[in-house]
Amino acid sequence: MSQEILRIQRISGHAGTVPGEDTQREYKVCKLIDTTTCIGCKACEVACMEWNDLPFGETVFDNTYQTMPETRWNYWNLILFNEHEREDGTLMWLMRKNQCMHCAEPGCLAACPADGAIVQYTNGIVDFQQANCIGCGYCITGCPFDIPKMNPKTNRVFKCTLCTDRVSEGLEPACIKSCPTGCLHFGSKDDMKFLAEGRAKQLRDHSNFPNAGVYDPPGVGGTGVIYVLHDATQPELYGGLPKDPHIPWTVKLWKGPLKWLGNVAMVGGLIGLFVHYLRFGPKDREDEDIRPGGAKS
Amino acid sequence: MSQSEQIIPRGHVLRYTLKERLTHWVAAGAYIYLLLTGLAFWSPWLFWVAVILGGAPVSRMLHPWAGLIFFAAVWNMYAMWAPQMRHTDVDKKWWKAVRYYSTNQDDKMPPAGRYNAGQKFLFWGFFWSAVALLATGLVLWFPERIPWNLRFLRYISVLVHPAAALFTIGLFLIHIYMGVFAERGAFGSVIRGDVSIEFAKRYHPGWYEEIVGRSTAPRK
Repeated sequence: MSQEILRIQRISGHAGTVPGEDTQREYKVCKLIDTTTCIGCKACEVACMEWNDLPFGETVFDNTYQTMPETRWNYWNLILFNEHEREDGTLMWLMRKNQCMHCAEPGCLAACPADGAIVQYTNGIVDFQQANCIGCGYCITGCPFDIPKMNPKTNRVFKCTLCTDRVSEGLEPACIKSCPTGCLHFGSKDDMKFLAEGRAKQLRDHSNFPNAGVYDPPGVGGTGVIYVLHDATQPELYGGLPKDPHIPWTVKLWKGPLKWLGNVAMVGGLIGLFVHYLRFGPKDREDEDIRPGGAKS
Repeated sequence: MSQSEQIIPRGHVLRYTLKERLTHWVAAGAYIYLLLTGLAFWSPWLFWVAVILGGAPVSRMLHPWAGLIFFAAVWNMYAMWAPQMRHTDVDKKWWKAVRYYSTNQDDKMPPAGRYNAGQKFLFWGFFWSAVALLATGLVLWFPERIPWNLRFLRYISVLVHPAAALFTIGLFLIHIYMGVFAERGAFGSVIRGDVSIEFAKRYHPGWYEEIVGRSTAPRK
């Protein structure tokens, strides 16, 4: 990984070109999470809190291994737990480390109206810049993974940064560093994909998981966080991982055709009215003068 | 306020009471703020508008409150004007003859009442848009309060809110054009309240007959 200052390839709410686009040979980074070897120890949760210096909040005990129902603005990394009964009656404890997926085509960034509030670096990391955030919460609507969370006090949105501060210094994210089973890996997208496919094949061929596979959803252009799942045909079992995530079609329609149509209609309307005035003018003639206070009345 | 409560210049009639004028300008002020801040969030090319208006976070904070004021004013208009805004047979004829209206051949128009069919369309357009903007605006105000399994509400709102706003912008442009440029006298009437008798006769003959009590005069 480059230790240069990160350059930006996409900017939310930005007019004109993006200065960093296509200016680096930087390769995409990726986090690989092997759910089949995760033991739910939550070392990654602690490491995330520690490294990012997040203020503590109350946990919620729900009789399972899960710390709280969902991620929070100050809790970016959460192990989701599901006790799954298989067809043969045996039980499986499914653990999935949930956090921002760092989509190649991020819905949060597409929906954001604030210039520079969400950026995507050339290495693929999607990062929120709270100083530019206006607190509208459109990113919450744009995200298919329910990740961005609002700080109610500051009205700013927070999420996992993929430890972009560490990555830009050539280090791996804090969660990776803390994992005791080695179920977390970090590297280039190509390397992680290769490693994940190898592990999935191993599970299919030798561990009686014929549906084992890699979760790297194409609907959002692939993600900077990929999973190895015992059953890639049912990602919903893993704490509601969406099967085919997309940017909501209404967000696409709003930011695409509606924007185009609306702008044409507004500019066209202004020009039309101006031309109408030139052609027909006011309804009364000057000499009639039927205005209030007019001479003739 | 009745006509007797306001001094009307000779040859003039009261068209808008003080309450009507106040309501109009509360709605207008709120709408213009909503329009400017809304356009700033609509397009990155207009984001600078929000910067001028005190910064985009401030615009985001105040936009919903201005929306509530706007809706309250529109609701008041509904209470004041809804009975006068009913679609009539004259309105049907008016729409059929709208090409004469838009080409300034007002003598060929059927006799409009206090509001012509176009004004009624503007009113109902703004009213229903305001209802839609309020409903979707509340969702967009507190997106994080909408539970994940009701997220379709957010998905609908991000589309309907700008679509309804665009519709009102169309109405707004025509409203400004008619009131300020095309029908001279209209802008003054919503400030001072009165119009000349000539104005009333020409643009709202039905209403003019009504107020001077000449309902027996031959209609077209």
